[in-house]
Amino acid sequence: MTTTDTAPAVEVAALHKSFGDLEVLRGIDLSVRAGEVVCVIGPSGSGKSTLLRCMNLLETPTGGTVRIGGADITDPDADIDAIRRGIGMVFQQFNLFPHLSALDNVMIAQRKVLRRDRGEAQRVAKENLARVGLADKADSYPAKLSGGQQQRVAIARALAMDPGVMLFDEPTSALDPELVGDVLGVMRKLAGEGMTMVVVTHEMSFAREVADRVVFMDGGVIVEEGPAARVVGEPAHERTRMFLRRVLDPAAAEVGEAEPAGD
Amino acid sequence: MSPRRRRRIILAGEYTLFVVAVLAAALLADWGTLRDNFADGDVAAKLFPDIITVGLRNTVLYTLTGFAIGLVLGMVIALMRLSSAAPYRWVALAYIEVFRGIPALLVFIFMGPGFSIAFPDREIPGGVFGQAAVALGLVSAAYMAETIRAGIQAVPTGQAEAARSLGMSHGRAMRSIVIPQALRIVIPPLTNELVLLFKDSSLALFLGVVLSQRELTKFANDLANQQANSTPYLIAALCYLLITIPLGFLVRRLEARQNRGRR
Repeated sequence: MTTTDTAPAVEVAALHKSFGDLEVLRGIDLSVRAGEVVCVIGPSGSGKSTLLRCMNLLETPTGGTVRIGGADITDPDADIDAIRRGIGMVFQQFNLFPHLSALDNVMIAQRKVLRRDRGEAQRVAKENLARVGLADKADSYPAKLSGGQQQRVAIARALAMDPGVMLFDEPTSALDPELVGDVLGVMRKLAGEGMTMVVVTHEMSFAREVADRVVFMDGGVIVEEGPAARVVGEPAHERTRMFLRRVLDPAAAEVGEAEPAGD
Repeated sequence: MSPRRRRRIILAGEYTLFVVAVLAAALLADWGTLRDNFADGDVAAKLFPDIITVGLRNTVLYTLTGFAIGLVLGMVIALMRLSSAAPYRWVALAYIEVFRGIPALLVFIFMGPGFSIAFPDREIPGGVFGQAAVALGLVSAAYMAETIRAGIQAVPTGQAEAARSLGMSHGRAMRSIVIPQALRIVIPPLTNELVLLFKDSSLALFLGVVLSQRELTKFANDLANQQANSTPYLIAALCYLLITIPLGFLVRRLEARQNRGRR
């Protein structure tokens, strides 16, 4: 780990993001320590994916700052390509490169960005494919892999860059239910190895068991945050309670219950 | 009358009409004159082997060179069209509108006689070959630019995002991830463009008189005039079909393969 214990791995301060007139993030403050696993939960449209995408500048914040390992990435003079090398990102739709084999997917950025030689890149790629349990799929093209396998290759692709922080944007939301477990298993292992992780997810059992901290967002603000057991087990706010009720037992929800009261 | 019976009667009527039309054509046509004018064995014999070794060879040469020029220029214009700097977009759009909006024949004539009127002390290298290749390249670049642009835009944005999140610069992401996928998408339409160019190369009929630089159409036209017989046109047509029909077949195969490859 390159970050020191003094600087947080990720530090978001007064973050605002608007798309035209739509204000998606309305002042977010969030700090993630090195080695910490933070799960961000909340209803769709709450801004949690946008928050994650601001952390590696896939979205440009309208206001506020994001620091990664102490470096301000929202500074206009920041070398964003260099900073992104240290931040792994896993997408809901995997976004594997379909014209490359699994091995080449994991190798290409090592070769073109880190300038590792072929042998070294290949060794690191195979190591990371083994880490996600797909050593035998190195030569397969994405179209031949299941969703769960594709997502694990995507995780290996990010890990091969030796990131200090891993961002996961609803990594299991596009998967068939029986494939979710494999991906969560890989993420649980990563968390066990001390990786700093920010995970936007709807998987409450993962949040409860793996996260050090759970952040509940709604309407572009953080409504509450705290240890997983408390936020998921005994939420303090009514909005959190209603959201968790609907997520944990979707069949019990009343029609119109979750409609915003209007603010 | 039952619908089933009606359908049968209509179908029988269609078949009858077809047979009558074929019989009428067979009986009324003056087959002797047609054969003498279009399929005169003696005239045909005089065409070979020059119609292949000079005519067809030059047609293929002009087309392939024109295609290569058009592909490189078209790629540059497509990238200009997608540039974030507005003047590049304007220039690219103007080029596309101009060369799609004027007749290809006008471009050919300008490249040949027009060029020497405009610039008396300069000339396009390669004589008819150079003029035809440049004219074909200029015209096809406009069409190919639009095809390539559409191909680049057909690559999902998640691909560029994944590449950028791995630390690739915009240019690197385009070269290693987006353009290779875009080219795969545009192979069938570009092959179609090649077929169109192949036929447009006949516009070189209006350029120069050097015997060894005649392409199929001029070759056939000269011999038809010389022999006062239309057989050369028929042979030239067959030569074009010899190339365009297999290419058309290839395009359909490529398209079918691409549709199968998508999940």
